[in-house]
Amino acid sequence: MTIQFNDETFRDDYSFRNSDWAIKRFPFPFHEDSYMYAVNMEQHRGGPEGSVYEKRFDVDEHYVSEMRDRAMVLADDPLRCQSLPHMTLAGWDLLELIMVSKSEDYPDLFELHRDGNQWRWINKPLGIDDSFTFLDETTLPYGPMEYITRQTQGDFCVLDQRDDMLWMDAGMVTTQADWSLDFDIGMNFFEWHAPVPLAHEKGIFVRALKFLLNIQQGAPARRLNWTMTVNPLLDTSPENYHKWGIQKTTLTPENIGSKQHLRVELQTFFRLPRSNALVFPIRCYLCSFQDLMTMPKWGRRLHRVVRDLPEELATYKGFIDNRPMMLDYLSQFDDGQPTSPGVWPDFETEPPLKT
Amino acid sequence: MSKFQFPESIKSRPVYGTLEPRPGKAHLFVADAEGAEAIIEVAARDAGLMAKAHIIYIPKGADFADKLHALNPAQFYEGPTYAASVQRLRHVLENAHQGLQVYLTGTEGLMGQAQNEAMQAGIPHTAIQTEHRGSVARRMQCVHCKGITEDVMTDPFVCSHCGLNLFVRDHYSRRLAAYQGVCIDAEDPGNVPEPVELYK
Repeated sequence: MTIQFNDETFRDDYSFRNSDWAIKRFPFPFHEDSYMYAVNMEQHRGGPEGSVYEKRFDVDEHYVSEMRDRAMVLADDPLRCQSLPHMTLAGWDLLELIMVSKSEDYPDLFELHRDGNQWRWINKPLGIDDSFTFLDETTLPYGPMEYITRQTQGDFCVLDQRDDMLWMDAGMVTTQADWSLDFDIGMNFFEWHAPVPLAHEKGIFVRALKFLLNIQQGAPARRLNWTMTVNPLLDTSPENYHKWGIQKTTLTPENIGSKQHLRVELQTFFRLPRSNALVFPIRCYLCSFQDLMTMPKWGRRLHRVVRDLPEELATYKGFIDNRPMMLDYLSQFDDGQPTSPGVWPDFETEPPLKT
Repeated sequence: MSKFQFPESIKSRPVYGTLEPRPGKAHLFVADAEGAEAIIEVAARDAGLMAKAHIIYIPKGADFADKLHALNPAQFYEGPTYAASVQRLRHVLENAHQGLQVYLTGTEGLMGQAQNEAMQAGIPHTAIQTEHRGSVARRMQCVHCKGITEDVMTDPFVCSHCGLNLFVRDHYSRRLAAYQGVCIDAEDPGNVPEPVELYK
């Protein structure tokens, strides 16, 4: 299909909207009626047609506007994109991975022409047509990682691998769930996850690290993570928290359906060929509560998950204060009927809400 | 007693040990305030070590300079602040030969910053020892304005650069040698709890 790109904002007037197509393919993260941390990795080798899992780097209707928002964040705070000196080769690896994947997966939108190291990259949605020399930084307007991630949705952490450990040594991070690349850069896997509650004790990070260290070229993996965001704000950074935090207090029973968003991260993991680094894209999808409620199964399930979530997690995810109001809203969409297993909306087969 | 038992903590927090004399061609000590006591203990355990030692000491109001001087180190420097001493520290590290042993002791802020200098100079981490002594004050980076506030003793505290009220997030960056300070009243401006002394 040809994608119609939205002209929308993720700040100020928040004109962001999901089309019916985007709602239907939203990566709802709960496969059952409750939630607890898990490593929950699976292979990232496609998925059902039209789903966000189908392509290596999903492009959707928000692409052009998200890239505009990223440019604004970077203009305000260039420290959101950093790469330690030894990570330049990994940046080229990433540029190659994305250009090859996108040109193969979306030939109507992206073209890559290669003649030895002389490359030409055409990005039609963003109106870019650049020729450059692969592995020669002087031929691009930015470093390779910054260049390509200014054109790709999602945050990117590029992790160096040494001493049986992963190190956060480069990244493009403008749509993060309240963590700071500038603070965490150079940290190892356990250090940058230090503030996460419960998961260390459950051994989650030890198992996840073991898995990630062994990811091979051509065998990427993926998992989902989630949190809650009031307003479709992409830049929920700690850097700007003193500005956006107040928005969490603007929820009312009348506006919660449109203002409260479930924020889902599609995290993928690719081994990079020359540097042996691991790239960890974190793609953010937002969906308002009222749009989620158009799928009866998701309505029932979201209510149960939010209701039963341990207090530590609701606090860590930043919605403990708003949870009672969320539950008042969500309970209207839970008639107590059972839900089918799995994340898919099963719109055709799930019973409509009993009223 | 200048030793403090830190409570069980998060994974990004450094773990400090106890300085011990190690064989080496040269010995660099960087200390502030009560860190002097740890140096005196090392010297007492190995009388020959001081003849090859360089001590960089920032008293921060403590009264140990004479005692350190009396150890007869090969070189002794007393600096008014860490910032004033850092050029000298860099020079010493850059000109160090293989076999240098580095001993850092005193506050977390001092050890963290000096450790960064040593790592950047290529000193292997196996040649760097640390021992916490004295104040448990934290060196804090404001995540909003990026300014560093030294010697923070309370939570919350006021950023010395931008003036925001910050809480002490238990997250430590070795690169910055600082903990993270995050605005505490973003969701309810003006509602700032009474500051509580750290570890109380």
